[in-house]
Amino acid sequence: MKAVLEQDYASKKKKNKFLHNIKRDKWLFALLLLPLAYILIFRYAPIYGVVMAFQDYNIFAGIKRSEWVGMDVFQFIFQQDSFYRALKNTLLLNVYDLIAGFPAPIILAILLNEVRAAKFKKITQTVLYLPHFLSWVIIGGMVYLMFSNSGMVNTFLANLGLAKIEFLSQKVPWLMTYISVGVWQQIGWGTIIYLAAMTGINKELYEASDIDGCSRLRKVWHITLPGIKSTINILLILQIGRMVSIGFDRPFVMGNSLVSDYSDVISTFVYRVGISSGDFSQATAVGLFQSVVGLILLIGANYIAKKLGEDGIW
Amino acid sequence: MVSMASSLGKKKKMSVADIVIIVFIVALSFTCIVPFLYMIALSLSSNEAIISQKVGLWPVGFTLETYKTILSDVEMLYTLGYSILLTVFYTVVGMFLTICGAYPLTKKRLMGRNFILSALVFTMYFSGGLIPSYILVKNLGMMNTVWSLVLPGAMSVFNLIILKTFFTNLPESLEESAAIDGCSDLGILMKIVLPLSLPSIATLSLFYAVDRWNGFQDALFYITDKNLYPMQMKLYQIISANQQLDSQQGGEGSAGSFIVPESLKAASVMFTTIPILLIYPKLQKYFVDGVMTGAIKG
Repeated sequence: MKAVLEQDYASKKKKNKFLHNIKRDKWLFALLLLPLAYILIFRYAPIYGVVMAFQDYNIFAGIKRSEWVGMDVFQFIFQQDSFYRALKNTLLLNVYDLIAGFPAPIILAILLNEVRAAKFKKITQTVLYLPHFLSWVIIGGMVYLMFSNSGMVNTFLANLGLAKIEFLSQKVPWLMTYISVGVWQQIGWGTIIYLAAMTGINKELYEASDIDGCSRLRKVWHITLPGIKSTINILLILQIGRMVSIGFDRPFVMGNSLVSDYSDVISTFVYRVGISSGDFSQATAVGLFQSVVGLILLIGANYIAKKLGEDGIW
Repeated sequence: MVSMASSLGKKKKMSVADIVIIVFIVALSFTCIVPFLYMIALSLSSNEAIISQKVGLWPVGFTLETYKTILSDVEMLYTLGYSILLTVFYTVVGMFLTICGAYPLTKKRLMGRNFILSALVFTMYFSGGLIPSYILVKNLGMMNTVWSLVLPGAMSVFNLIILKTFFTNLPESLEESAAIDGCSDLGILMKIVLPLSLPSIATLSLFYAVDRWNGFQDALFYITDKNLYPMQMKLYQIISANQQLDSQQGGEGSAGSFIVPESLKAASVMFTTIPILLIYPKLQKYFVDGVMTGAIKG
């Protein structure tokens, strides 16, 4: 009897505390109302929407009344050559981007860090950050005008007496253009995080190594690089986590029908199959595949980094 | 003393390495400027000069014709004005949601705080994908409305977490004394937290504004009504006109019905870029600050 009473009392107290908390923080909850509703509708509703991948989705019937087909859609997709082409291209472009684009800002940051003229540094940084603020449509337009057969680069080559290069329509030149434009766009902006990490390195380390007569290269290798190692790790984990996902704008704007064998990636594939052709179930399945593999890669990279004794992202 | 002398000595003479570094950085900076110079040169050159490949970084057959065409194109000016308004509207909506979300989550005493935070962060790493979002926009009846360009991307969880970090770094004593004076949470936010965070709010507003100004994908997906095209969509149509034709036929200005001359394309690129070039140098510092805070969080 006593125990029951105590339990009753405890649960009442709990309830009171609950109400008390809500009353005390009523403004905070009121503020949260809209953002949470937003996240539910525009982030979690689409996550629920992935059930379309297991349906023969009919736009008129909606999710509720469309027919369930289990894994049929996935089976169909995994038999499509065009899916494998998009997957392969996504991986390839991302790997090239990683190889060329990941070390580039690190190297540039180290070089900028070695520059002592403050004014020179400031002006060049302002210029180097600029491409980050241009949309891919603008960049795509510039690339087209510069690298087309009659563009500046080919004119320049012709003036030197060299052969024309079909940058926009042949495999290797197109890939080189695509990758180097990506590096160009991100190299400056990417340095900011590394430069910030470098300001956190203890100045005394450099002074001590000066006294020891260390060369510049040795200082970079033994002081600067270890000082930004954890930043490098975190960015590497994040980039590996994005190996299967690829932005839409860049491949869409830079690709064309002549290079679609290398430029058609998952995002443009989903657009073409889903929105242009209206095969919503197939396109959703490909998107879900991409999200799940991306999450697995991210968790895996984070796990390995932690196993190696490094900081992870969580 | 010795080390000071040596470092002073070092400052005076430039080593070979210094020169190599500076030359490299200057060359890289030039690659960021040359495209603009070429766009300007193209946009000011006559079409004959462009077709016969005479134009380098200096206009040949100088003409202002293309800019006259653009500036007298009512549709183009309308799209510019509309895009600016759209960007402002999107930024206001995004910032409003971000502030409302970030402030309560700075309070450790808030019930369910960790759960809410995890639910937010999860969406940064996992999403339903393009098609479910597309179907959602369709079902909400937002196709071909301004809302499809404002709401789906309105609140960025990344920005919310940056703002939360900013708020957390404010001195706690100020908020506490206001609470003792009987100020409600809402009052503290309005009277103390927001006025103190104006620089960070400016920074995040810029992030939102740039995202919207540069955004293209959502317009391609959701908008078919020309009057609702943002600038980037309009630019894409101008640039992609007869592009396929060109790359197949080796850029000989073949006569067709829908030919947009290169000079007009270049002028349109400049027209879309100029708003960014105008605000960018003044605001660059804020952008960098924003990234740094984001980095500290990571």
